[in-house]
Amino acid sequence: MTETTSQPIPEQQKRGLFQQLELDMRLLGMIGAFVILCIGFNILTDGRFLTPRNIFNLTIQTVSVAIMATGMVFVIVTRHIDLSVGALLATCSAVMAMTQTQFLPNVLGLGLDHPLTWALTMVIGLATGTLIGAFHGWMVGYLTIPAFIVTLGGLLVWRNAAWYMTDGQTIGPLDKTFMMFGGTNGTMGTTWSWIIGVVAAVLAIAVIVNGRRAKLAHDFPVKPAWAEAVICAITSGSILGFVWILNSYNIPTRRLQRMFEAKGETMPEGLEMGYGLPISVLILIAVAVVMTIVAQRTRLGRYIFATGGNPDAAELSGINTRMLTVKIFALMGFLCALSAVVASARLANHSNDIGTLDELRVIAAAVIGGTALSGGIGTIYGAILGALIMQSLQSGMAMVGVDAPFQNIVVGTVLVAAVWIDIVYRKRLGAK
Amino acid sequence: MATPKELRAQGATPMVEMTDISIAFGGVKAVDQVSVDLHPGEVVGLLGHNGAGKSTLIKVLSGAYQMDSGEIRINGDKVEITNPRDARSHNIETIYQTLALADNLDAASNLFLGREITTPMGLVNDAAMEAECRKIMGRLNPNFRKFSEPVSALSGGQRQSVAIARAVYFNAKILIMDEPTAALGPHETQMVAELIQQLKAQGIGIFLIDHDVHAVMELCDRASVMKNGQLVGTVDIEDVTDDDLLSMIILGKNPAGVAA
Repeated sequence: MTETTSQPIPEQQKRGLFQQLELDMRLLGMIGAFVILCIGFNILTDGRFLTPRNIFNLTIQTVSVAIMATGMVFVIVTRHIDLSVGALLATCSAVMAMTQTQFLPNVLGLGLDHPLTWALTMVIGLATGTLIGAFHGWMVGYLTIPAFIVTLGGLLVWRNAAWYMTDGQTIGPLDKTFMMFGGTNGTMGTTWSWIIGVVAAVLAIAVIVNGRRAKLAHDFPVKPAWAEAVICAITSGSILGFVWILNSYNIPTRRLQRMFEAKGETMPEGLEMGYGLPISVLILIAVAVVMTIVAQRTRLGRYIFATGGNPDAAELSGINTRMLTVKIFALMGFLCALSAVVASARLANHSNDIGTLDELRVIAAAVIGGTALSGGIGTIYGAILGALIMQSLQSGMAMVGVDAPFQNIVVGTVLVAAVWIDIVYRKRLGAK
Repeated sequence: MATPKELRAQGATPMVEMTDISIAFGGVKAVDQVSVDLHPGEVVGLLGHNGAGKSTLIKVLSGAYQMDSGEIRINGDKVEITNPRDARSHNIETIYQTLALADNLDAASNLFLGREITTPMGLVNDAAMEAECRKIMGRLNPNFRKFSEPVSALSGGQRQSVAIARAVYFNAKILIMDEPTAALGPHETQMVAELIQQLKAQGIGIFLIDHDVHAVMELCDRASVMKNGQLVGTVDIEDVTDDDLLSMIILGKNPAGVAA
């Protein structure tokens, strides 16, 4: 028992091109489906689908559902469900709308557009979401009420709490800075977008190189250098390509004129300005990065997946699964509040039906993205891609002119078919 | 080093003393006033029918259940074990009948579950954990290869070696094995038997729960037999035959003139 011989690491064998790249085949499949979808709609709409303008709109429409879908991955991975996210979004949105239009002006004397208003509003909104989420988690974890029931109750409670708070009225206009988180009203402009894009591309390459170093430090097998280079190129290429597309959507001339008039200046003749990266998309990217790190590189994430794979094993390994449940639902609540910021800022007001049916879109996005309802399996990027596919389907069909009832019929069918294909795929691969 | 038997003869303090342990579930006494003890380097078998209370008794020690009454002493000191973390802090490790592995994670993640190696930034260090995992597997099961696959892809024996590695890696002083060979083939069972001998030689005390009287006769120094939640008796393996043990298990009768 004193010898310290390590397990020999098998020699790398010659393998196929795709295997050498070690790409996630499921991810490739989803991206493939997404690309086919986009090209199909582009043909049907005579090239109107894949324009910078439509891609810009698609991304900002996806943000709210995508943010919540990342949290739903953790909820579903631990074998729970959250049916209350749309209602919780409405409550957070109502709280924030009332905070900036009633509470702050009347109690603290801070009017709309005061520099503190948007910040205080967001702190209060995010705290509300987190607390309600934690409360759900406490009922699921400590009172052992099934999550389905807790959040079904929550769906009714929070939808109507929002209604009660606002008397069912649309609350607006909202704070100008606050509305910058919605999309069109808050973009980085072309120069900053390029800077952010280049920094992101460099960071992505640094992460890949670092991962390779960590593996080499322990003498683990690594991909051939050319394969890493290809992946670096694809990654940085996609990031910069995305920035380029968003930068090439020009702000409409009329709108630009008004922006200059608001500042009391006149617009130079023939000036063109691109929108660039919307702030809401930057928020989604930040959420995606943080949630991915949590899932793959932190103890919390490890425990979430372990609990999903075998709750008893997690408990016997000394993991406090009850507290874990509270944390997961609190995180979900926080993300609902963040989505509420984006959604109400995009609408420029709080409306009584905000977030209606979002719970189903969010669950569908997570599930289309490969999150298994039986627990233990799911990825953050999958859920975001799932949200993007759902949104593309919906707006693509609207552009083609598909009747409203058929739109929902198609989305429902796609959801079921996607999960079935995933099941078949996993079986082929030997139940992973 | 003195053998476990000599230690007992000298009246040395046992590593583990469980005294008058009782636990009831909804009025049914699953364990009723049972006392067992364990010395360094000793293997104590726990025998009995399904539902005799062996697993329940041992889960009190591993922190999965809380006893209603009784006392646990580790090296003579009274301790409170209210959850699996407490048990681990006393170097008590458990290998469960159900293997307690998260099927969707790989071997290294399971090995370190609840005790991950982290980088200075507090993130889990997968590369370091896999390296450690390869080291310990090199000792326990040199044929083990599937380090990057989820443990659901492993055979029963490979899964068992992950579970055993978990107990061995963290320097268990007291090891609880709940039917460690229940899911294994003959070759793998032999591997576990050899491992038990190795661990015993290192001075680790082992509680071995098993249905198989022959395995107990072969591996254990003493055997405690339970029936209907109560302790029938504890005997020195050298003093009894297979049939004696069987009659203790089935009839609840102590063999004449034997007491340990």
